[in-house]
Amino acid sequence: MRKLFLAVLICLVTAASACAADDVVRIGFYNCLTGQNAFGGQLELEGVQLAMTEFPEILGKKVELVVVDNKSDKVESANAVTRLIENDKVCAIIGSYGSSLSIAGGEVAETAKVPMLTTSSTNPLVTQGKKYSFRACFIDPQQGAGAATYAYRTLGYKKAALLVDVANDYSVGLATFFKNSFTKLGGEIVSDMRYQSGDQDFTAQLTEIISKGPDVVLLPAYFAEGAVILKQARELGATFRFMGGDAMDNPEMVTLGGDAIDGFIYTGFAYAPDMPNMNPVAAKFTENWKKAYPNKDTNANAALGYDCYIMIMDAIQRAGSAEPEKIRDALEATKDLPTVTGITTLDADHNPQKDIGILEIKGGKKTFVGTVVPEI
Amino acid sequence: MNLNMFMQHFINALGLGSLYGLIAIGYTMVYGILRLINFAHGDIFMLGAYFVFFSTIQYKLPWLAGLVIAIAGATFCGLLVDRIAYRPLRDAPRISALISAIGVSFFIENFSIVVFSGMPRPVVQPPSLMAAFSAGGVRLVPLNLMVPAISFVLVGALLWMVHRTKQGLAMRSISHDIETTRLMGVPVDRTIALTFALGSSLAAVAGIMWALRYPRVEPLMGVMPGFKAFIAAVFGGIGSIPGAMLGGLSLGFVEIMSVAFFPRASGYRDAFAFILLIVILLVKPTGLMGEKLEEKI
Repeated sequence: MRKLFLAVLICLVTAASACAADDVVRIGFYNCLTGQNAFGGQLELEGVQLAMTEFPEILGKKVELVVVDNKSDKVESANAVTRLIENDKVCAIIGSYGSSLSIAGGEVAETAKVPMLTTSSTNPLVTQGKKYSFRACFIDPQQGAGAATYAYRTLGYKKAALLVDVANDYSVGLATFFKNSFTKLGGEIVSDMRYQSGDQDFTAQLTEIISKGPDVVLLPAYFAEGAVILKQARELGATFRFMGGDAMDNPEMVTLGGDAIDGFIYTGFAYAPDMPNMNPVAAKFTENWKKAYPNKDTNANAALGYDCYIMIMDAIQRAGSAEPEKIRDALEATKDLPTVTGITTLDADHNPQKDIGILEIKGGKKTFVGTVVPEI
Repeated sequence: MNLNMFMQHFINALGLGSLYGLIAIGYTMVYGILRLINFAHGDIFMLGAYFVFFSTIQYKLPWLAGLVIAIAGATFCGLLVDRIAYRPLRDAPRISALISAIGVSFFIENFSIVVFSGMPRPVVQPPSLMAAFSAGGVRLVPLNLMVPAISFVLVGALLWMVHRTKQGLAMRSISHDIETTRLMGVPVDRTIALTFALGSSLAAVAGIMWALRYPRVEPLMGVMPGFKAFIAAVFGGIGSIPGAMLGGLSLGFVEIMSVAFFPRASGYRDAFAFILLIVILLVKPTGLMGEKLEEKI
């Protein structure tokens, strides 16, 4: 009896969801809503929700967002995507913050042939060789090249040094891309120093770098180590500029580094509420954000969440259908789409060619300086 | 490399080496009398740094009070570790005490992550210690000179204590033969506790100076310096106090000078330190100033 009841119930539920699938378009969203990365995941969700209030319908159907938490965990990410596809029958997926989480979720989406669009995962492997994975943010090679372009072209620096964490893929990758781009532009790498995550004494490496007299030092570190390195460098009398990547973007960096952080320049996503020459989409996003969340500052992660939603709506519009396969094809052909973080055109590897934001710490506050087009 | 640069590296190495030396003394003293490697020592060092962080930055106490609290707190923790984890195992096989030491170390690290959170916290350096000046082309802050100076004074005081006082005599006697010493009427457990207290307070001083020099505290900050100091103790000859200081200084110089003379190999800095350990164990297992021992762990 119980089994029969269960069978009937399952039939009813599937019938109901199949029914619903006809008059709504379901978009899945998985991200870190709890756990160590919850900060980033929450912001991205708010961005997606804001875009949804602006574009609630597509092809005459209502859009429904199914939100699942991946608890900042790889296994939970895979489970979340499975649930979205099998249970909720979504036609496209947005997520997640954190490259390793997006890679885990992307594997599942790939097998189920449902397109997945990641918000802020910058590791090239997230989309490399994948047919169904896409992204809205830049990738690390562009970030490294962007830093090099800004240092060489805008600031006019000719001699650079590197201080790289050899135990961290992100750090090694960023330094390599910076080096390639900087030397191609005509600059010179005068010193290439290494350390390992967890080191606390950097005096030997810094003394060596100081003796080579560079104009700028690239420090692709995480904020906790980066701040200590900057402090030690100032103690040793270093006067050159330091530059870093988006991993330095943390308010704690200023608390840890104090005065030594001032003048530090780093690359990030090309959106900030105080950015000059905002494009119309970004201006509209900023305005609507203030109405929706009057007590919260806008931020790059919310902007990327917003962009993901716009990209999927654009793809569905052009495909004229909400079938996963057709959305995938249309998404792949995304071209010159105006989004908050710049004009989006996806390349063969499903990565957008976007401007890189340049941020500087001035008087203990991060300030958006401008954007740069990376020259590889 | 010119002379100025060499001198800069020399000062850097002196500062780092004397800190390693101070931590190494704690390992060497406990090993000397108990033949036990106190793996929790690096964590006591970390607790010392946290005590000074909380008292001076969180509760805004003056630096001197912070120093006293940190030393007292770390000494208390060191005694507690001895009382709970080592004393009950005094007569057990040596391997049990070693495993207990590793357990205590993991416990303190993980307990600290829960209590203090894994987030690194900034230490505010007193500006008077950080006023930079140049001396003959070498860039110095008073702290860089203070660290080795304090280390040497403390080692001197410790050597005097061990060789010139009754307590020191009791310690040296225990290191030769615990049972006989006990029969002579020496309060063995109290003397061993004193050893832990001394070692822990030196670790606390090292922790404070480390936190000033590398201004950040985090729960796992004691792990790497702990390992390095252990290498230093073995290099100098474990059981010997001057040996530990000498070993610490040598290790500091190996690390800094390997980067200074082979900039391309800067990523292998830690590897050099551990290669040093292996070479010593192969070539001179008793270390620079160690005595021959019948048994080792």
